[in-house]
Amino acid sequence: MSPIFLSILQVILVMALAPGVSWFIKKLKGASQNRVGPALGQVYFDLIKLFRKEMVVSETASWVFHAAPFVLFASTLLAAGLVPFFWKETLLGFAGDAILLVYLLALGRFFIALAAMDAGTSFGGMGSSREMFLSSLTEPALLLSFFAFSVHTKTTSLQTMAASLGSEPLTATLFFTALIFGAMLIVTLVESARIPVDNPATHLELTMVHEAMILEYSGRYLALIEWSHQIRQLLFFSLLANLFFPFGFYLLKVFALALLVGWIEIHSAKLRLFRVPDLIAIAFVLALLSLLGQLIIGRPS
Amino acid sequence: MITSLFLLQLALLVFGAVAGFLCRRSEEQANWAVHLSAVFAGAVGVIYSLTALTGGRSFDLGFFSISPVGPLRLAIDPLSAFFVLVISFLSTVTSIYAIGYSRHYQGDGRDSRIACLGFLYNLFILSMILVVTARDAFYFLIFWEVMSLVSYFLVVFEHTKPEARQAGIFYFVMTHAGTALIAAAFWLLFIETGSFSFDAFRLHANNLPSVVKNAVFLCALAGFGTKAGLVPVHVWLPRAHPQAPSHVSALMSGVMIKTAVYALIRFLFTFLGEIPLWWGTLLLTVAILSTLFGILYALMEHDLKRLLAFSSIENMGIIFLGVGMAAVFTSLGEPLYAGFALIAALYHLMNHAFFKGLLFLGAGSVLSQTHTRNMEQLGGLIRKMPWTAGAFLIGCLAISALPPMNGFVSEWMTLMALLAGSGFDGEGLRFFTPVLASLLGFAGALAATCFVKAFGITFLGSPRSSHSEQATEASVSMKVGLGILSAGCVALGISCGWMIPLLNRAANSALGYSDENLFSFSRQGFLVSPAGMSQISPLVIFFTLAVLLIALVVLLGKGVYRIGPSWACGMPALSPRMQYSAIGYSKPMRRVFSFLYRPTRRVEVEEEGHDLLRTAQRFEVKIEPFFEKILYRPAVQWISRLSERAKQIQRGHIQLYLSYIFITLLLLLIFVRMS
Repeated sequence: MSPIFLSILQVILVMALAPGVSWFIKKLKGASQNRVGPALGQVYFDLIKLFRKEMVVSETASWVFHAAPFVLFASTLLAAGLVPFFWKETLLGFAGDAILLVYLLALGRFFIALAAMDAGTSFGGMGSSREMFLSSLTEPALLLSFFAFSVHTKTTSLQTMAASLGSEPLTATLFFTALIFGAMLIVTLVESARIPVDNPATHLELTMVHEAMILEYSGRYLALIEWSHQIRQLLFFSLLANLFFPFGFYLLKVFALALLVGWIEIHSAKLRLFRVPDLIAIAFVLALLSLLGQLIIGRPS
Repeated sequence: MITSLFLLQLALLVFGAVAGFLCRRSEEQANWAVHLSAVFAGAVGVIYSLTALTGGRSFDLGFFSISPVGPLRLAIDPLSAFFVLVISFLSTVTSIYAIGYSRHYQGDGRDSRIACLGFLYNLFILSMILVVTARDAFYFLIFWEVMSLVSYFLVVFEHTKPEARQAGIFYFVMTHAGTALIAAAFWLLFIETGSFSFDAFRLHANNLPSVVKNAVFLCALAGFGTKAGLVPVHVWLPRAHPQAPSHVSALMSGVMIKTAVYALIRFLFTFLGEIPLWWGTLLLTVAILSTLFGILYALMEHDLKRLLAFSSIENMGIIFLGVGMAAVFTSLGEPLYAGFALIAALYHLMNHAFFKGLLFLGAGSVLSQTHTRNMEQLGGLIRKMPWTAGAFLIGCLAISALPPMNGFVSEWMTLMALLAGSGFDGEGLRFFTPVLASLLGFAGALAATCFVKAFGITFLGSPRSSHSEQATEASVSMKVGLGILSAGCVALGISCGWMIPLLNRAANSALGYSDENLFSFSRQGFLVSPAGMSQISPLVIFFTLAVLLIALVVLLGKGVYRIGPSWACGMPALSPRMQYSAIGYSKPMRRVFSFLYRPTRRVEVEEEGHDLLRTAQRFEVKIEPFFEKILYRPAVQWISRLSERAKQIQRGHIQLYLSYIFITLLLLLIFVRMS
């Protein structure tokens, strides 16, 4: 099959798989609380139902409110076109790199954060303010992780980065990849709005971040937002899986990571909003240490 | 042909300067005359500078000669042509905009305010064009001074406001301190070379003793840094820029501060020969400080134009990151990387002129309709001013470096230039350049936060005051101005593969390389970083995004929806005052960076005998201006104490002054006799 076909198929598969990964974490949480948890079909039915429902749009909302879900979904799909999931071929790897990935995700966030303020409620403003606050601290940590990686690989192209570790003995790179892995794992927790950063299951005003932002959305738009959120989560899991574990079966790796994230979610309490910067600072320091370690211990050849 | 077009541009600007005074009868006519001639002058400038840049043509004019300093030489090489292009383009657009905007200065006809504004405005553009084309230190300084003075008068144009006068004084003092340092730098070069001509500086560049070289560099950096608004000599910028009329603010932030970049590039790569590595790292340090402090203070602003002015400091920082990396690579002897870094800086410079011009003009439209710059009084303007809002949104996207806008492209290039530095030894480059790159990313993310706030509070939600409730869309000429710049922001983003070759030539001539085909960072619309580190294609991204969006909208459509009130937690209705405020929005940042901001808050509550029955509440939060406190207040105190001392000898008796003269004469006679 031609690479273009494969890479388009890959994006479609990712769209289909993303809700499944969310289901897996929900099921894990259910099991930890002695509940059965939802059936696999439930996450998909939820999306389908949302797509069919009538929406209520605020009377103060402008076109930004209508445009934001589409921009978010499109930019997330575009970002998914940059990341290797099942195969090494990516749809847009020739036209962009890790930096573009970070900024594309920022584009979607920018619009959703604006749309949150469009309805003129204090919830929207609060969610928007918090989300932008957290993301502006996370972004440098994520970029520095990529840069620490690229000092080794001499490129910021995600395809090449993903392929690079496979060609080296694991022990040679373990030290610095472990540190970057730690940094990116924390970033993943923030970006996919998981405990200990954000609680995806709450609607309590003191704790909401992401949910407060999309409180005014319903129906089809909400479905688009939820779905792109799930795709973004899978995108980060795949980055972790393919950058740091260049062996093994992709689906297994992703679900193992979902298990890890679910385990963290089960075993930790949500942090206070103003403690989250400390956690992100840890991610930044880990990436910094990895960079420093590469320079002190062994110059990349 | 270029020569005559150049002279035509100068003539049109001179005509524009006096045209207002010729139309004494009608303010309306005066308005059209001064701004239309500026539009034509700008268009002419765009034509000849583009011809010079694409065709590689240049000219060199010598005018009347005064004996000690030589003739007035005006010349264009690719670097000057690039700056003339940016200045001319932006001034064309601001002049179109000004036709509508200046109407509110048209008044009773008693004083010729339009004529004055037109005089200063045209002279301002003229002086900028002359600054970047002068080839002689003496005339450069004269034009530089004219530019500073005229912009001072434009800052205090609304002189009835006390804050405008205060900002004016601040600007006046600081810009002259800067000019003194620039003059010192040129004077040192004059002593060494015996000439004011730039050519002489270039020829003697490699014979300069290193002490002189370092002194010249430091003077030039401090002097031009003051004009460029680099931290810590930036404090005049957020005061002065917002006070000028908005189209002038756009020019000041968009191009005037860039003339300092032009001059510093000349000094670094032409006048000073071999540059030591620490110059580059010093530049990078100053640049990253400006980037971070600029955006951190912009975040705390709720005055729309002051916010934009602070963000100009950030963007000057990004430009200087590029210039700094170019200096680093030049001293490492890596022409390819140096060219890439300088092109990144020049591209960001041009992009910043576009989007900051757009944002200032947008803020001007808001100001002219609502008569306030305070974001806390605004809100919901997207319904009243849809065109202005759309244009402002594009500006916000571009300045937050979001793809596929132009800001993203130049920020990507700057990041790549920084990352390339990690492949070289010396001064900790290997470690610090990736860290600088991530800090640049941090600044980008903070800029996104800042502009979500700026757009969200100003244009979205419901109106917070009657000013914003009664606003209407701006006039046609203002919309045209905004439209051109918005289109430019998108076009410069997606067409970067074709813009880069234009910049190649400017960077080539700035760095003094003669190989025309040295730089090839673009291939078929792709942007390729040196050594194959990475490539992007904003064009592909733009079209994929557009196709995806269209497909989604066609497939899904808006769906069925009904309009209802926003959810009010079960309360009867929402009031606009329940919305998040600009101060509230930036609260998390204020808390996390409290070590820098040192916020103080004051809450006043009026109660009616019971804690819960509050009749009124006042909330005030202030942040401490860090640099003012540690640098400027002590300096001002020191100077006033010194002048108190100096007053001792000024007693006001004529006899005393006569004796001073006598003593001076005596001392001079002794001095002459001795030597």
